[in-house]
Amino acid sequence: MKLMLKYMKPYKAKVIFTVFLKFAAVILELLIPYMLEYMIDEAAPKKQIIHVIIAGIIMVILALLVRAMNVSANRLAAFTARSSIYTLRKDLFRKTIYLTGTGFDEISLPSLISRMTSDSYNVQSFIGMIQRIGVRAPIMLTGGLLIAGIMEIRLSVVLLCMIPVMIFVAVFVSAKGIPVFRNVQAKLDNVVRILRENITGVRIIRALSRSEYEKKRFSNANKILTDTDIRAGMMMALPNPLMNLFLNIGFTLIVVIGAYRVNAGDMKPGVILAFLTYFNMILQAVMGINRIFIQYSKAGASADRIGMVLAVPEQERKNDVSGDYEEYDDENVIEFDNVSFRYDKNSAESLKNISFCVKKGESLGIIGSTGCGKTTLLNLLLAFYDVSEGSIRIHGKDIMNMSLYDIRKRFGIVFQNDTIFNDTFYENINFGRGISIDKAKEAAEAAMIDSFDMDYPVAIKGMNLSGGQKQRLLIARALAGDSEIIVFDDSSSALDYKTDAIIRNNIRKKYGNSIRITVAQRVSSVKDMTHILVLEEGEMIGFGTHESLLNDCSVYKEIYMSQMGAFE
Amino acid sequence: MPPFSTKTDKPKDAKGAVRRLVKYMFKYRALTAAAVVLSVFSNIFALLGPKLSGNAIDVIAKGYGRVNFNKVYYYAGLMILFYILSVIMSYVLSSIMIVIGRRVARRMRKEVFDKLTRIPVGYYDTNQTGDIISRVSYDIDVINTSLSADVVQIVSSFITVVCSFGMMVYISPKLVISTLITIPFSIIYTRYMTKKTRPLFAKRSRKYGELNGFTEEMFSGHKTIQAYAHEEGVISGFDDINTAAADAFYDADYYGTIIGPGVGFINNLSLALVAITGAFFYLHNMASIGQISSFVLYSRKFSGPINEIANMYNELMSALAAGERVFRLLDEKEETADAANAVELKDVKGEVCVKNVTFGYDKKKPVLKNMNMTANPGSVIAIVGATGAGKTTIINLLMRFYDVDKGAILLDGKDIRNIKRDSLRRAYVMVLQDTWVFRGTIKENIAYAKEDATDEEIIRAAKAAKLHSYIMSQPNGYDTVITEDGNNISKGQKQLITIARAMLADASMLILDEATSNVDTRTEKDISEAMIALMKGRTCFVIAHRLSTIREADCILVVNNGAIAEKGTHDTLIKEKGLYYNMYISQYD
Repeated sequence: MKLMLKYMKPYKAKVIFTVFLKFAAVILELLIPYMLEYMIDEAAPKKQIIHVIIAGIIMVILALLVRAMNVSANRLAAFTARSSIYTLRKDLFRKTIYLTGTGFDEISLPSLISRMTSDSYNVQSFIGMIQRIGVRAPIMLTGGLLIAGIMEIRLSVVLLCMIPVMIFVAVFVSAKGIPVFRNVQAKLDNVVRILRENITGVRIIRALSRSEYEKKRFSNANKILTDTDIRAGMMMALPNPLMNLFLNIGFTLIVVIGAYRVNAGDMKPGVILAFLTYFNMILQAVMGINRIFIQYSKAGASADRIGMVLAVPEQERKNDVSGDYEEYDDENVIEFDNVSFRYDKNSAESLKNISFCVKKGESLGIIGSTGCGKTTLLNLLLAFYDVSEGSIRIHGKDIMNMSLYDIRKRFGIVFQNDTIFNDTFYENINFGRGISIDKAKEAAEAAMIDSFDMDYPVAIKGMNLSGGQKQRLLIARALAGDSEIIVFDDSSSALDYKTDAIIRNNIRKKYGNSIRITVAQRVSSVKDMTHILVLEEGEMIGFGTHESLLNDCSVYKEIYMSQMGAFE
Repeated sequence: MPPFSTKTDKPKDAKGAVRRLVKYMFKYRALTAAAVVLSVFSNIFALLGPKLSGNAIDVIAKGYGRVNFNKVYYYAGLMILFYILSVIMSYVLSSIMIVIGRRVARRMRKEVFDKLTRIPVGYYDTNQTGDIISRVSYDIDVINTSLSADVVQIVSSFITVVCSFGMMVYISPKLVISTLITIPFSIIYTRYMTKKTRPLFAKRSRKYGELNGFTEEMFSGHKTIQAYAHEEGVISGFDDINTAAADAFYDADYYGTIIGPGVGFINNLSLALVAITGAFFYLHNMASIGQISSFVLYSRKFSGPINEIANMYNELMSALAAGERVFRLLDEKEETADAANAVELKDVKGEVCVKNVTFGYDKKKPVLKNMNMTANPGSVIAIVGATGAGKTTIINLLMRFYDVDKGAILLDGKDIRNIKRDSLRRAYVMVLQDTWVFRGTIKENIAYAKEDATDEEIIRAAKAAKLHSYIMSQPNGYDTVITEDGNNISKGQKQLITIARAMLADASMLILDEATSNVDTRTEKDISEAMIALMKGRTCFVIAHRLSTIREADCILVVNNGAIAEKGTHDTLIKEKGLYYNMYISQYD
């Protein structure tokens, strides 16, 4: 709620005006049945036709005013919702894009996406709704009660007795409903899990002829889901008829009590008529409040989830484009000095005491099995994470003292499972760096992906490209910047040996001034590098040339032998 | 569900979808009939209330000291009775509709699942898992909600409108004229407004879809964006999309939120008209106060549902669109049924003979042309080629995931089209690169290949797959539960589990996809040893990566661009100096 208020604050004047308009509209609307009562009880029996007509005209005028006020109030509310959610999304997006690797991992990608989309949507609808119904319903309730009370205090008691009962039903059922629906969700998850297992394992299942067994398994989960869902549905179907029942009992009571009051001469029959109209209004108000409760429980949870992201402390080092980027000429371009790293304080070290140095004109290959720390090493080099111990130096300067821009500007990189964007072919290479078309073409040529037009529209996630084309496009992106250091993290897995070899050759020839870092599982991809770093379980168990490692690193030799002639 | 979706929510063949949905409901015709009856009565009982209260008010209206309490109590009693009956009926009604909706959903889920077991495997290669799952989890749910909520709403709105109007006419046909003035307004107004707002809401959904798409894309590329210091560029891109989405929201709401007050206004207007005419009638003794009272109440009930039906229309349309998506899946072509004279295989020797086979996923573009090959029992056939070259096509044909277009594949001399599919597939075991485990214990995962496997057999298989000691090191041993997607065990162990599973299967032929070295070197060694053990004594079709396997294969099939380019042993292929030779040489570059 705090978060929502914070974002509504710039529109305080508008919100206050909205509330005022709503308030006035409700009061006026409440007067309409009053006029009705006047016509029937006062004007009509006295045959004052003029009064009837005047009262009728007043009713129409009131109705017009109510409409006009409601419309303006709703529009103002929509404007506030639009503007505040626009800012909220803007802040959230900026925050997320600038999150550190650690911050990003902690919340996780799917969760960040859903915070940006469905959570922000929930908050938006609530901001709109609270201004519209949130004001209307309570005022309708109190105003209705008040006028009814002034009109006939005794009949109002009936109303007052009914309301707590109805609120109790609403609150009770919706409180019960949350765990029940969570249960339904869990059962649905089961059904989906079995379905997913059957999709991913379809070949195995058919090969083993286990379809009948799977059908039975699915059918069980399906039945449990259905039964739970029926129970939940029947429960959630309760409040409406129950509320209707209570309303109508109250309704009847008013008629009966009214009868006594009229018989005693304390009240006119028209009052009952007006009363019943108020009763309807009050019921609607109660149901509206019920809806607000439900919506709030949803929006509140969403706002909390968004607030959590926004509360992540700002990155200390800004990745500012205006940051200083200097040309250095220290011979030792990249230097790892006894670097250790753990993802969080309690976990085991992902990298242990890594030290090495790469000089100008040299290249580095990193090899090791999945999970050995290859990618972690790159993450540290690009300052996605900060080292736990030791230091990394670029041109002799500790990267902790460099701006992120200063560090990253030096790199052209292809990550594992890197992203291709829904944009033109050229923009995918350029990526906002102001690279000329010619440069981009050159890079595409070197990456053997020059058969595409520069304005070829690439689909979301590069779905209109094959796996090999995607990797080659990514390589072109990394090359096009003429960066000082070019990094390939397992970027040739979808390329056949021949293409891979040609591209490597092209890079050597055309981008020979850059330092190349290649992370790979294949020995063939790294064996020509100046240095090869062998990692196993975060430890550096070898560093040297292909030949020297074959001699003194048994693991490297083992990998080499097992892959000798690994074939694709 | 938030009202945004990138899918267009308009049914293409609404009538067809309605017909099929009705068919589903017809399966529960007794319940449906009961629902209709209940709905009619419950609404009529509820509608009797205002009339009775009007009667009571007329009794009361006699005024001071002249109220006949017997009559008041009589009407009040009837009111309570009818209200209670109506509430009970409406609850039973919604319960019935919930049961029908959920049962229809259950049946649909079952049909979709059954369908998925009969659909050619190629379907899974061309359709995204998420998309198939969303039909079961989302689309069917939309239909279910619509059936159990909207249908009742529409029926009861209809009854309410008709009956209220009937009651109004019954009470005072002349007063009806005053309402008739506002009805056309109300209808024209809602129609006009929905027409006007629908494109705005559609635009809003579209903009939200774009916003979601952009967010997903950029958040997924978080690291890349930071690495290329492109944050500000992306943020300004987002700003455009965010502004467009916010504006589309505002535009839609700007008009959308008028509808409520507008309808409210028309209702109030109608109330004023009824009141004025009512007062005149009362003056001239043409209507009693009770009649006016009931009339006012009915006119409120009468105009209420018109707006609701307009809202419901959109929901019904998206339910129909969801229905169509489900039906489209249910209408997919299935694997051809077993031939009538298909035989059960017994004692398979494992001789596979591919004779003059031509095949194409698209009949016009054959990927295999006139292919011939014989695999003797116990021999090893290596299939090599670049990723995506079509190595799985051959596997698809051998296991009859697809049927050949021309020629025949013979197993032990029998055409596989004359063998029962289940029985044919049982003759093979498969170990694929995408290791497949499901949530369950290690034991269940291994025993999956053989329903009646004894513990002894399972342990023997695990031992042969070099997995036994790892399993025993787990606190729960063979009962250790593998979580969904098997994230609590390593890739290597998963691979070993699938090998153990294959060991257990009593099949004389093996299809093997040699995994590349994505596991640590030690496990890698275990795996290759386990695979060699698995291959022993079986006719093997290996999608091969290891040179040792390829070299020793009895026959190498070189696949290129979806077709078999070369065929022969290592030595003959090297001598040919073709594609294989080039691939072989290139790794020494």
